[in-house]
Formats: sequence, structure tokens, C-alpha cells
Amino acid sequence: MMMADRDTLTTLEQFLYHEAWLLDTDRFDEWLALYTEDCRYWVPLEHGQIDGENTCSVIHDDRQLLEIRVRQWRHPRAHARVPLPRTVRQVGNVMLLADAGDTLSVRSTLMVTEFRADRQRLFGARVEHQLCRTGQGLRIRQKRVDLVNAEGPHDGITIVF
Amino acid sequence: MNSYTNEQIADLVRPDRVHHAVYSDPALFALEMKRIFGRAWLALGHESQIATPGAFFTTHMAAEPVIVVRDLEGEIRVLVNRCTHRGPLVCHEARGETRQFVCPYHGWTFDPTGQLRFVPMESSYASSLCGREDLALAHVPRVASYRGFIFASLAAEGESLVDFLGPVASSYDDIVDRAPAGEVEVAGGMFRHAYNGNWKLVLENHIDTVHPAFVHQSSVHAAREQPDAESGDASTGGSRAGATSFADIQIRQMRQNGAPPAVWERLGIFAGPNGHGYMGDYHSDDRLVVAMANPVFAEYRAALSARVGAERATQILSTHRFNTIVYPNCSFMSQFRQYRIVQPIAVDRTIVNTFSFRLKGAPEAMFRDTVAFANIVNGTASEVLTDDLEVYERAQQGLSSGLVDWVYLGRGLGGDVPDSPGLRRGGMGTSELPMRNQFEAWSRYMTAEDATATNRATPRMAPSASTLNKPL
Ligand code: FES
Ligand SMILES: [Fe+2]
Repeated sequence: MMMADRDTLTTLEQFLYHEAWLLDTDRFDEWLALYTEDCRYWVPLEHGQIDGENTCSVIHDDRQLLEIRVRQWRHPRAHARVPLPRTVRQVGNVMLLADAGDTLSVRSTLMVTEFRADRQRLFGARVEHQLCRTGQGLRIRQKRVDLVNAEGPHDGITIVF
Repeated sequence: MNSYTNEQIADLVRPDRVHHAVYSDPALFALEMKRIFGRAWLALGHESQIATPGAFFTTHMAAEPVIVVRDLEGEIRVLVNRCTHRGPLVCHEARGETRQFVCPYHGWTFDPTGQLRFVPMESSYASSLCGREDLALAHVPRVASYRGFIFASLAAEGESLVDFLGPVASSYDDIVDRAPAGEVEVAGGMFRHAYNGNWKLVLENHIDTVHPAFVHQSSVHAAREQPDAESGDASTGGSRAGATSFADIQIRQMRQNGAPPAVWERLGIFAGPNGHGYMGDYHSDDRLVVAMANPVFAEYRAALSARVGAERATQILSTHRFNTIVYPNCSFMSQFRQYRIVQPIAVDRTIVNTFSFRLKGAPEAMFRDTVAFANIVNGTASEVLTDDLEVYERAQQGLSSGLVDWVYLGRGLGGDVPDSPGLRRGGMGTSELPMRNQFEAWSRYMTAEDATATNRATPRMAPSASTLNKPL
């Protein structure tokens, strides 16, 4: 961990809260716009997983797969999102791990409560963002979400975290 | 809960329909666990999961907790995961390697053959317990492998594994023969997907060629709308010819689900003995990995040819087999190396454990496509799989209604044609022959009289009067 000044930390916290809020309010185009063209959105399948190419992942999306995911959600026959999941995210324990000027590495914890079709589920995860500073502000190059129950059985997951 | 006579059970399955109770009645589920899962050979996994002496994994056969272990002599054993003292699971890990299983309650210690080796404070017993046959971990009566795939049966008697598999054994040949080194191994992690629905729904769906156009409409659309990256090559349905982007195979697979009806009608749908069956002639390698345009595939093909000769390699690679069902607990894709083991939890709850295989002797990079493919066909957050799971749940909810009796399975009825020995082929690729075939097997298992005490794990400690009265 490195000591971050209060302003940097506030900026990072606000950014992560903003991302969570976009997802909670179904603003998926704005959410996608936070990601770089060469981004990776990754939810490993195994505890301590090293890479997403030789071991399966719950989600291992590049930019085009993320775009497909969001487009699929909008289709009227995306059966597993009818009715739509409602979510609320709680982002906490935000820590700056490294600041290399252009890029930042930020760790946080995440709780997602999901309600859909009369069922409520709770997901908990450790999250690591690789961010870059751009002319338009912070952008996400990689987001890694380690679910505490990644290795457990899952009913279909039709949200991102 | 109802109880059923055999006549009543037989009446639930008609040539073109089945009664909804087969999906929704807990009494029938309990009987299925005894009469189907208690008798059939059940797929448990693959020998590569326990490659070294002492390696084990735990799983279930119906509701029975078992340990699949390679003993120190190298023999594969399937032990009942239950301490012979007062009953706890002796092993609570998914997998590992050990020289002994130590019960957490009073420390009885069993070796990987199941023998009792150590009892703390054993001197309080009149005589030593160690080595006593009746206090060893119970064995599942029959264990066998076919080309490295491990099966076991809870029934002491019955047909051999090879006879049980019949012509669908060729799907196991397909998966193994594709390996240049002649062997496959489990790799890449295990997805566990769960749904609130009956176990039969997944086995029917995996060989249902009508559903993709409807269930997967949203992901077909989303993948088709995605502009191809760089030099698009629509002829292969993919993004870049020869590209090795991780996403490519997933995008191709999503698009392929939207194949025109004529493609589905042309498929080979085969039904074999014991409810087994498979879907043939579906994907060529061109469709998913752009085949020879992909340098990794070309390298793989060369490796296979070098090993088995060009002619044999051509023969192996021209087997285009998609899902194979080994009834009642396995569905696998031999051509694309996905293995799924179905675990019924309750009449309306099922967990499917899915594995990927690495072809030994194939280029390392080829396995990346297998992993990417697994993510889209078996991943718990896949845009494809989640719609299947959703439909199973909705089916279960509808099938739980008592107001409508029947499920109609008449598509292609009467059109089946005899094929090679032991196989029937659907008159068209969208025939519901596989479901009818599964229910024929269901009906046969479910109406056969219960075997007596042999139909269980080898009881090391028989509850006869003599043993019950004898002080331990
Ligand atoms: S119950 Fe296992 S040692 Fe006592
Ligand atoms: Fe499907």
C-alpha cells in the first residue's frame, strides 16, 4: 500500500462509486465508456488464478465481448434478464496500491445485492482496478473481481460486478 | 407425495408424451435415485484428476458421498465417504493428495484402500480394530474406466461398462483419438452451474436442436451485430481468419446458434441403448477455429498426422460430434473437449460440474481456445448458458402445475431410421427422438423390480443379529 493524498483518494473513491452507480442504474453505455479499447474485465473462476487464458473464468471479456454482453442484455428475449435484475453495490476499503503517473492500481471491496424474480442474492468480492489517466479523466484498463464464492456452484449470473 | 405401482409408473411414459410428474414429483425423484442412479454406471471423472498415488477427489453418486482415490499401488478406488465409527464424512476437501483419511470426530484413520489403520486409545476395545474388514470404509461395488474416464455403479451386478455405453463409446474414442499423444487430461478449472429444475431437463436440452434459435436469440443477435475486428471473414462466421484472439471462438459459437433451420434439420441425431445418444455432423473445425487458416490448428493437425499418419488424422478430424449424452448423469462434447457431470440435488434442483480437457501432444496455444469455448458454453455468466438455465427454471415452474398432465414429445415420431448396430437416427435433425429414447430407458429402469441387498455399497458391517450383538 502507498500513502495517497486525500485529494487523490477522494477522486478514486468517487470514480469507483460512480462506476457502481452506473451499473446500479442500468446506464450501460456510460459504464462501457469508462473502459479503454484494450480493456479486460475479469472475474476469475479459481482462487488466486494467475491468468484468464489457460484457466476458465466466470467472465473474461475484452472490449468486444463486453459490448456483446451489453447488447445481449438489451434484447427483448434475453430470457435470463426478464424480469431485469435490480442491484445495489457497496464499494469499500478503497486503497491506492501503486501510482505510476499514467496508470494507477486501486484495490477495493465490493458487495452486490441482486434481486430478480423474487430471489435475492448477495455477492462479495475483492476488486482490483488498473486505471489510466486520460484527457477525459480516469479510464479502466483492467478490472479484476475475485468473488469469495468463485469456486462454488452458481445459478446463472446475468450481471457484472 | 404419491407412491406408485410399477403399472402407474409405466403409464407415465407414452410413445409421444410423458406425464409432468416425472419432472415434479419428489416421490418419483426418490425412486429415480434408487432405480436409475442406484443401478446405472455413473460418470465420475477422469483418471488424470488423480494421476499420482494418494490423489483423490470427492463427489456424489446420487446423494451418496464418495471419494475417488488412487491407492498407493496405483489402483483406482471409489470409497463411501463415511466413517465406519459414527458416521461423519472422513474427507471434506474437493480434491487433494493424501496417504490417509483421518476422521475429524475421534481420529479413526483409514488408508487410501479404505482399510482402518489407526484408532486413538484403541486399548479400550477388547481387541484391536485396525485391519478389520467390517470397519474399513465401504467400497462402491463396481468401478471401471473407459479410455481414462472413470465410472462407478452402486449396483453389485449389471452389464459391463462397455456394454452399457454401447455405440456411444465412440464419442470417448473421439475425444481421446484427437490427442496427438493419445491421451487427454483435465485442465482449466471446473465450472459448477446450478438451476432450480429437474436433472432431466439439461440432458434433454443438450440434444435439443430446435431450442438454440429461440433460447439463444439474444446472444445470436448480439454477436452478429458485433463488427468483425480488422479483416472480417464472414464465410467462417468469425472475426479474423486465422486470428488467435481469445474472443473469436466465443463469437463464432454465439453466431452458430443462429444457423438457419436447414442446418439443424440436416444434423445427425442418434439414439443408442440405455437412453444414450449424440448429435453428429454439427460443427466442423472450420466453423469454430477456422481450421487450417489458423496456424495453431495447422500445427496441431501436423502433430496428429505425424503420430497416426495423415489418412488416420483425416479420419479422426472428420468426426464432427457435438453433444453426447451418457444417461443418466453425463453430457459431453468430444470434438470440443467439454465434459459435464449432472448431479441431481432434489426434484427441482440440479448442479452440473463441467470440465475441460487438454489434448496431450497438441500445441499449448490450442488449449486457449478450449478455455474460451468453455467460458461461453459452460460459464456461469455466459450469455448463452444463462438463457438455458433460465429456461430450465421456467420449465420446472410450469411442469409443477397439476392442471395440465402431459409433455408432448412427438416431433419426428415414427420417422426414425435404423443406423449402425445399436443406433437409431432421427428422420430429421430436429427430431425429439433423443428425449423419447431417454424416457424409454427411464421407464425400463423405473419399472424393474428392486434388487435386494446387493443393490448397495458393499456393506462391510452387515446389520445381522450376530454382528449387532457382538461388542465391537
Ligand atoms: S466418528 Fe469417525 S472416528 Fe468416531
Ligand atoms: Fe442452449
